[in-house]
Amino acid sequence: MATVQPLPVRAGRGTELVLLVLALAVGIGAYVLVGIGTSGEVPADVVGYSIGLTVLSVGMHVVLRWRAPFADPVMLPLAVALNGVGLAIIYRIDIGYEAAGKEHGFAGRQLVWTGLAIALAAAVIVFLRDHRTLRRFTYTAMVVSLVLLVLPLLPVIGQTINGARIWVRLGPAGLQPAELAKITLAIFFAGYLVTHRDALALAGPKVLGLQLPRLRDLGPILIVWVASLGVLVFERDLGTSLMLFGLFVAMLFIATERFSWVVIGVLLFVGGAALAANLFGHVQARFDVWLHALDPEVYDREVGGSWQLVQGLFGLANGGLFGTGLGQGRPDLVAYAQSDFVVASLGEELGLTGLFALLMCYLLLAQRGLRSAIGVRDGFGKLLAGGLAFVLAWQTFVVVGGVTRIIPLTGLTTPFVAYGGSSLLANWIIVALLLRISDDARRPAPAMQVLTIDDLPDPDEDDAVPADALPARTSSVAAARPARTGSDEDAHGDDHPTERIGGVS
Amino acid sequence: MSELTVTLLRLGYLALLWVLVLSSIAVLRRDLYGTKISRRRTARAASAGPAPSPSPGPAPVEPPQRPARGGGDARRLVVTEGPLTGTGVPLSSSAVLIGRSPACTLVLDDDYSSSRHARVFPHEGGWFVEDLGSTNGTFLGESRLTAPTPLPTGTPVRIGRNVIELQR
Repeated sequence: MATVQPLPVRAGRGTELVLLVLALAVGIGAYVLVGIGTSGEVPADVVGYSIGLTVLSVGMHVVLRWRAPFADPVMLPLAVALNGVGLAIIYRIDIGYEAAGKEHGFAGRQLVWTGLAIALAAAVIVFLRDHRTLRRFTYTAMVVSLVLLVLPLLPVIGQTINGARIWVRLGPAGLQPAELAKITLAIFFAGYLVTHRDALALAGPKVLGLQLPRLRDLGPILIVWVASLGVLVFERDLGTSLMLFGLFVAMLFIATERFSWVVIGVLLFVGGAALAANLFGHVQARFDVWLHALDPEVYDREVGGSWQLVQGLFGLANGGLFGTGLGQGRPDLVAYAQSDFVVASLGEELGLTGLFALLMCYLLLAQRGLRSAIGVRDGFGKLLAGGLAFVLAWQTFVVVGGVTRIIPLTGLTTPFVAYGGSSLLANWIIVALLLRISDDARRPAPAMQVLTIDDLPDPDEDDAVPADALPARTSSVAAARPARTGSDEDAHGDDHPTERIGGVS
Repeated sequence: MSELTVTLLRLGYLALLWVLVLSSIAVLRRDLYGTKISRRRTARAASAGPAPSPSPGPAPVEPPQRPARGGGDARRLVVTEGPLTGTGVPLSSSAVLIGRSPACTLVLDDDYSSSRHARVFPHEGGWFVEDLGSTNGTFLGESRLTAPTPLPTGTPVRIGRNVIELQR
């Protein structure tokens, strides 16, 4: 026999502030070290930069104190630290690009995006008082996701950069709508699956020990599968397609607990990818680069060769165990060192030790998200938190795996660290949503406690019954059941609520 | 700036990164929330003292009247037959609710028992069993219970497919 008791929870805002100080030290320290490493002196604007970063993150902390006092204390510091390290490494790559006479000035823009993203995250916390509100927008979210996915294909605003048509240009700002689509898709899947998960899990034939779903329950899911393959085919973007598909398989698995979904998902994606590899040159090239990266023939290939990937590997090797030190490597030798290959840059300058620390930050972030999913009480919140936490971890895996040649290289951004406005916005919104859900998960539930005291057998309750209550109870049991419901002793003790309610009606 | 300082700063920064990671993990270790599941027997033993204390808590005046009341010295309620054979509930000064409802003290997984089937409770120094209006009834020996009945130790009570009895 075991008893189950609620545990008291610490709000953790004080802890968060302490960790935030550490995280700011990590971010600002990286900036200072970049200055020392490149020019031998502390950057002149370090005070202004520190104040800006501190104001942003402490502002977010105050918003949490105000609107989500029970939110998880670890997530915000980790996100701030990753963002700070990202800003510093982009600043460092800028310096390298400037010296080499390439296009630079990414750090300033990234700083603006950081400010916007944190402000947006704070706005999400302030205006979204309860994550369950989002469930009302389940199908709106689906439509928005499909629109966001199709947006880059439109003639005027859509843009093709480096062979992938995933960009939308609005005035000065370029956006990757797919980054935002992963949030709306997570909302759609959570809302859809929480209603249909029983049908998906239980109905349908059983083949080879796998419980297969019925065809009609598959409808909306097939639409999204087609959409994610459409991204692959028409926008020529392996990364986004892989990200969306992974999100969708993971959420199905979380909702139904059916392993068959993972099998179906992997088979569908492998089938689709194999088809794409045969039909489209750019996908085929990616596989070539992955499998034969160090072949001279592949390395020297003019377009779609493995030059970039191998340079990244050389950078990582140059970094070794403890890195060259910030500002002392040559990360700028890799193409797209500030965005797709920021992991290689970090690995070179911080070494394996530093890169692992950053990967641990992602791991902890995802873990806190999944923990909130376990802790929160409503199914929609569980699915949403699980999906968002998964997509964060999955995106990191796909990028780092691509750069380190575990899987084929795909063009995704490293969350929080890589240069890219839409990615930063999307990931800060994800953190805000996870914070909102974790607030709900950790908040002590007053309503539930009242129910517990009222309904569960209390150890001392029966002792307090006066002796004359027993005959009354005896007679009431002997009488017809509805007769019991009005009597006094029914209000006390271990009576089951459903019976009481049933008797009154 | 000297080579040594730069190296120290470089390694110091890596240490700082890991301090952040490890202190986050330390926070997580303290940040357990949700529900705590503890063994009932040990919890009771610590809080309520010796288990067979059927006398009312606030006024422990009367000694247990063993000859008159049944099962005054019972320590455990044990399932002796049926799917749950061997399951035991340590007795204390509170009633034991038996049935299929998860809110019961002894939860039966048995289609022949009701959600709240029967109650075993201490009264005036002895243990009583009472049927809570179950569909299939509670049987003490051959007779179906209609009123709270004293339950001596070792007397089998049939509830659905299970048989329970009090043991010392």
